[in-house]
Amino acid sequence: MGRGALTSQVTEALPITIRGVTKTYGRVHALDAVDLDIRSGEFMTLLGPSGSGKSTLLMVLAGFTRPDRGSLMFGDREVIRTPPHLRNVGMVFQNYALFPHMTVAGNVGYPLRLRGVPKAEIAERCERTLETVQLGGYGERQIDQLSGGQKQRVALARAIVFEPRILLMDEPLSALDKKLRDRMQIELRHLHEKLGMTTVYVTHDQREALTMSDRIAVINHGRLMQLDTPARIYDRPANRFVADFIGESAFLPVTRLGEAVLHAGLPLTLAEPPPEADRLVLMIRPERVKVASGLAEGNTNRFAATVSDIVYQGDSFLMYATLADGTEVNVRGVVRSTTIAELPTVGSAVMLALEPEDTVLIADTDSGAGTAG
Amino acid sequence: MKRWLDSPASETQITQRQRLWLYVIATLIMLFLVAPTLIVIPMSFSESIYLEFPPRQWSTRWYENYFNSTEWVSATVTSLTAAFLTMLVATPLGVAAAYGLHTSQMRAGKLVFILLITPMMVPLILIAIGAFYAYVKLKVLYTMLGLVLAHTVLALPLVLIVTASALKSYDMNQEMAARSLGAPRWRAFLTITLPQIRFAVITAALLSFLSSFDEVVVAMFISGGDNSTLTRNMFNALRDQIDPTIASISTIMIVITSLLMTLAQLFGRART
Amino acid sequence: MTAVDLHAEGLRRDAFRERLALFGLCSPALTLIMVILVIPVGWLFYVSFIGADGQFSLENYDRMLTSKSYARIFRTTFEVSLLTTAICILIGYPLAYFLSQMPSRIANLCLITVLLPFWTSLLVRTYAWLVLLQKKGLVNSWAIDLGLWDEPIKIVHNMTGTLIGMVHIMLPFLVLPLYGSMKAIDRDYLRAASNLGASPVRNFWTVFFPLSAPGLFAGSLIVFVLCLGFYVTPAVLGGGKVILVSMKIASNIELFVNWGAASALGVVLLVLTMLILWGAARFLKLEQLTGGGHQ
Repeated sequence: MGRGALTSQVTEALPITIRGVTKTYGRVHALDAVDLDIRSGEFMTLLGPSGSGKSTLLMVLAGFTRPDRGSLMFGDREVIRTPPHLRNVGMVFQNYALFPHMTVAGNVGYPLRLRGVPKAEIAERCERTLETVQLGGYGERQIDQLSGGQKQRVALARAIVFEPRILLMDEPLSALDKKLRDRMQIELRHLHEKLGMTTVYVTHDQREALTMSDRIAVINHGRLMQLDTPARIYDRPANRFVADFIGESAFLPVTRLGEAVLHAGLPLTLAEPPPEADRLVLMIRPERVKVASGLAEGNTNRFAATVSDIVYQGDSFLMYATLADGTEVNVRGVVRSTTIAELPTVGSAVMLALEPEDTVLIADTDSGAGTAG
Repeated sequence: MKRWLDSPASETQITQRQRLWLYVIATLIMLFLVAPTLIVIPMSFSESIYLEFPPRQWSTRWYENYFNSTEWVSATVTSLTAAFLTMLVATPLGVAAAYGLHTSQMRAGKLVFILLITPMMVPLILIAIGAFYAYVKLKVLYTMLGLVLAHTVLALPLVLIVTASALKSYDMNQEMAARSLGAPRWRAFLTITLPQIRFAVITAALLSFLSSFDEVVVAMFISGGDNSTLTRNMFNALRDQIDPTIASISTIMIVITSLLMTLAQLFGRART
Repeated sequence: MTAVDLHAEGLRRDAFRERLALFGLCSPALTLIMVILVIPVGWLFYVSFIGADGQFSLENYDRMLTSKSYARIFRTTFEVSLLTTAICILIGYPLAYFLSQMPSRIANLCLITVLLPFWTSLLVRTYAWLVLLQKKGLVNSWAIDLGLWDEPIKIVHNMTGTLIGMVHIMLPFLVLPLYGSMKAIDRDYLRAASNLGASPVRNFWTVFFPLSAPGLFAGSLIVFVLCLGFYVTPAVLGGGKVILVSMKIASNIELFVNWGAASALGVVLLVLTMLILWGAARFLKLEQLTGGGHQ
């Protein structure tokens, strides 16, 4: 297993420590005292809407955006003042930024040439890296002969050929069509598992983040909203912004009374103690709430609603229901052996049932960092 | 022919026949533009002192006159040298300035840009007498150095504008990619950016060569003695009397200019 | 958080240094322009306020207002500039229109007839006209042959010759930006107008012409400003009878070594040029704001 072997090298991947990184443009805080720890070998996604600061943070990691203040460590080396060409991180750009006046091999070999690697070794490592991204033998092609997906792989190959210990990706799949994107997501994930480098991935597509990441950092207005695994971000969002941004949900107003939390005057059965925030709201995911059949059982939380619309979608149905106080709740369910006729009709009254584990209370704010794990 | 005359010529469905007058006028104007330029060429081969067209007798005496005259030849050498040196100085200076302005994004950038194109906006005669006075004081009057510096100043706006426009349509992400891969800024520029704007840079170089070679007004004041330019001598000759040798010089200049500009156009086309 | 605060200072210095270095790339060019152009012209500005006795005085400017010959020079300069611009518009617009209507292959070919003189040396073109317009020149001989007039007329070393030469030099400066602006006009506007009932003539005057106006304005401005300061062509073709401001400046230095007079004239010319350019820049920006842009 020589120097050139591109095999799993989890031990060599570097952790990233971000402390107090702030970047302002005039009055606007692109980044607001961001603290973030990225583990060695982790696939971390920076997720947020456009303008949230996620790309700015990536650029700070790469060295192209100089923050106003902050500390950045790769492993135990302080790099906040290191120029980009000395940071030794691989970077894949949104529009690939391939060099059109060079061939594929020319592009992939560029970082090796910069590092003074001997010619024969360059050729060998390029070909091996191209094989890793499934473009073996493409060395002599011109850039303008490649498809979007192929260009993406070349960009990737170029970024990993010199075996950086950190890989940065700025919405690399956004220019691809849906089918290709879905496939590439899985491929990138496999590549990450194979190579093991610490990867920081930026996207605004929450589905992509949920699919690929070990952990997700949700960012808005330059601040960290939540840092957690995909599952916990989905099931236990820290605040309203995260809950709104990831997946669909309905938000029901609730009030506290001593130890209990009430909705429409009735206490809710909870599986966990409510969060510490001042104002709370109940989040209902469409696929977690069910249409109740029969009498109340156990500690299921129930809500009376009227069906305002129902859409049959073959294998599933989407029901638009309105509660007594006017809040709209969407219910998504699986159609079993029943036919359309057995689904609730528009205008009828139904009982919606929510298990305590699915009764999620979240802080009713758009800000405030909630971190876990 | 009749069918063509009745066919629509534009979106307004006006027919070609109705627009014939436009074609006639346009042709006349184009003739007006090109004829004088080209007519000099056959005139330069006429035997008589009166430069007739078409020449009654063909001869190359005016060319012989030109090549045999030390004065004219040395003036030509001066002009070519000055143009070449101007190209060598103005191009890197202008490209550097264009790159610096493009990447630094300082608020003063706009001001600097305007300052750099002032040679295009200030009346040439003013620049000429200003330089004349400055050169007398600096004791570089009638020197090649002085000439090249002045012509460089005149050429800088051209280089700047051409290069700046090329940089605007260039994807700077590539330079960022190169830097992320380990190239310091200067190396990224030389290996990635410059090769991709090279057609614009070559055009800019050719433009600065030509602008210096053709320049009259400033050269009139600051070139002289051993370093008198071709244009200066020609201008003085024109004011005194019509020496037909000028016709032969003009022809040579037309050929040089056309050659260089065709090259520039070819490079420009090749890019797209 | 002291470590973090330290970085703030260092980062600020890094940012400043980088900006300075990039800005520094402009400095050789800037220095050259300062030394060769800005400082000397600034000095000329100063000299214009120095009288014959070496003291501060306004006599140079005074002379311009009172002297008849100066008045004539200014008048001539404006006349030549306005006439040249007007003629260029009159014959340049049809040419640009023609070019914009042709399919690109033909247009590009015809464009060569505009570009060739544009690239050809100023001096060569001026000389060509000098020869063509002589008493024994081509224009006279052909005109007589064609019966346009009987005897050779004086069409050079006077205003006529100057105008012909100036128009020839300036025409490309008008045609090229105008052509560019015309090409950018969205043809759908014309189709819409036709569809709504406009005749071809009406279509042109109410749709096409207004849309081409910014390009026309820009081109005319370039021509006018260039004419104001022009030297070579009027000097040769005017034969000493047509004296423009630029020529007076030159003769003031060459013949009279009167720096005061020359620089005052130069300052006036410069101020005039700058005012026109500045005014045009404001107007053009306004144009774009009010939706004059159709690209």
